[in-house]
Amino acid sequence: MDFSSIPAALPALWEGMQTTLQLLALGVLGSVLLGTLLAVMRLAHNPLLAGIAAAYVNYFRSIPLLLVIIWFYFAVPFVLRWITGEDTPVGAFASCLVAFVMFEAAFYCEIVRAGIQAIPRGQMSAAQALGMTYGQSMRLIILPQAFRKMTPLLLLQSIILFQDTSLVYSVGLMDFLNAARSRGDIVGQPHEFLLVAGLVYFIVSFAASQLVKRLQKRLTP
Amino acid sequence: MDYNWDWGVFLRSTGIGDEIYLDWFVAGLGWTLAVALVGWVIALLLGSLLGVLRTLPNRWLSGIASAYVELFRNVPLLVQLFLWYFLVPDLLPEPLELWFKQDLSPATSAYLSVVVCLGLFTAARVCEQVRTGIQALPAGQTAAALALGLRLGQIYRQVLLPQAFRIIIPPLTSEFLNIIKNSSVASLIGLMELLAQTKQTAEFTTHLFEAFTLATLIYFTLNMSLMLFMRWIEKKVAVPGLIAGGK
Repeated sequence: MDFSSIPAALPALWEGMQTTLQLLALGVLGSVLLGTLLAVMRLAHNPLLAGIAAAYVNYFRSIPLLLVIIWFYFAVPFVLRWITGEDTPVGAFASCLVAFVMFEAAFYCEIVRAGIQAIPRGQMSAAQALGMTYGQSMRLIILPQAFRKMTPLLLLQSIILFQDTSLVYSVGLMDFLNAARSRGDIVGQPHEFLLVAGLVYFIVSFAASQLVKRLQKRLTP
Repeated sequence: MDYNWDWGVFLRSTGIGDEIYLDWFVAGLGWTLAVALVGWVIALLLGSLLGVLRTLPNRWLSGIASAYVELFRNVPLLVQLFLWYFLVPDLLPEPLELWFKQDLSPATSAYLSVVVCLGLFTAARVCEQVRTGIQALPAGQTAAALALGLRLGQIYRQVLLPQAFRIIIPPLTSEFLNIIKNSSVASLIGLMELLAQTKQTAEFTTHLFEAFTLATLIYFTLNMSLMLFMRWIEKKVAVPGLIAGGK
């Protein structure tokens, strides 16, 4: 084992890490928004909306993320051409982001749904007694309380997403893992670079999950 | 829409022997199940052992088990797979290394790596479920067993584990479904399981949407039928007297 060429590769690795973090940040943002929308739909009294949301969640939860990433990589350019009628070049980053948002939304939906259901029913009744509509009660009363309670779970799911971003390797996007793999191949030390990549993923995920644990303790009285 | 839909594509010849594309999917599903099932056996055995260790009063043993869980939960699955496939063979003693790299067919060596990888990866998750199951049992169970004069091994074997496993069937089911889905990473080290066959069909026929739709349907059906089957099992073996147990 010879780790001597790691320092020289740090800028390239950091560039990969930036791609990973961008994918993570945008992915979490998009999928929490879509997931919240799905959760509100699932709990709505309209059976059509609830059915659509439930089907969406069941569908994405029963197929592998890797399949979604690869499928979307091929399919997003096609779909865009049908919509816009012209060739629109889409990079791997955009198609992966769409894949993550759509896939992870199904998982965030379940977390948000559980969070909403943990709020006492009286809150909704009180809001509606004050004359708020369903949308207003959700937005102003229920969701702010629910989000506070489920922050730890949302963060844990985001740590999983952080690890899952490494799957973009399959479509050749230069994320952290791919940067480490290609650098390692160039300098002829693939094992060392792979180990360093694994160590970095471990340190980040482990530290983050310890912080979440601490937060969880503080939030639960 | 300038896409030429053709669902008959699966019955067409691949040009290799008298194979049709559907045969590729069947072969792929076979590999997927072979990976998932063997990986699951490893995960269940090792995970149960670790789960028991985590609940033991000995701090060293429970510490080892929780270190294992932290390690395997905080490194991405794909990194673990690359470590097993590219790094570990080089660390083996020479005869084993040569056997792995030269005597085994590429499919077999990829299969071995992915089975070990998924088995150990999923064991960390199974461990947590088994621990939760054991800790969910009333403390009176252990106390009563001790009062009857059972030894620690007997308490686990005859009192705690038979109840714990019946409680944790739902989370174990979802771990089993996860291992099926996770087995798709094997396509990235060249094992021709379901996802790899799908990709290959899409590339050979250019009928991208049909190929991926079929793969999705296969995964979906497999998941749903296993879930319904496990729900039925769960009802059959439910612990009487618990809220979930009915009766």
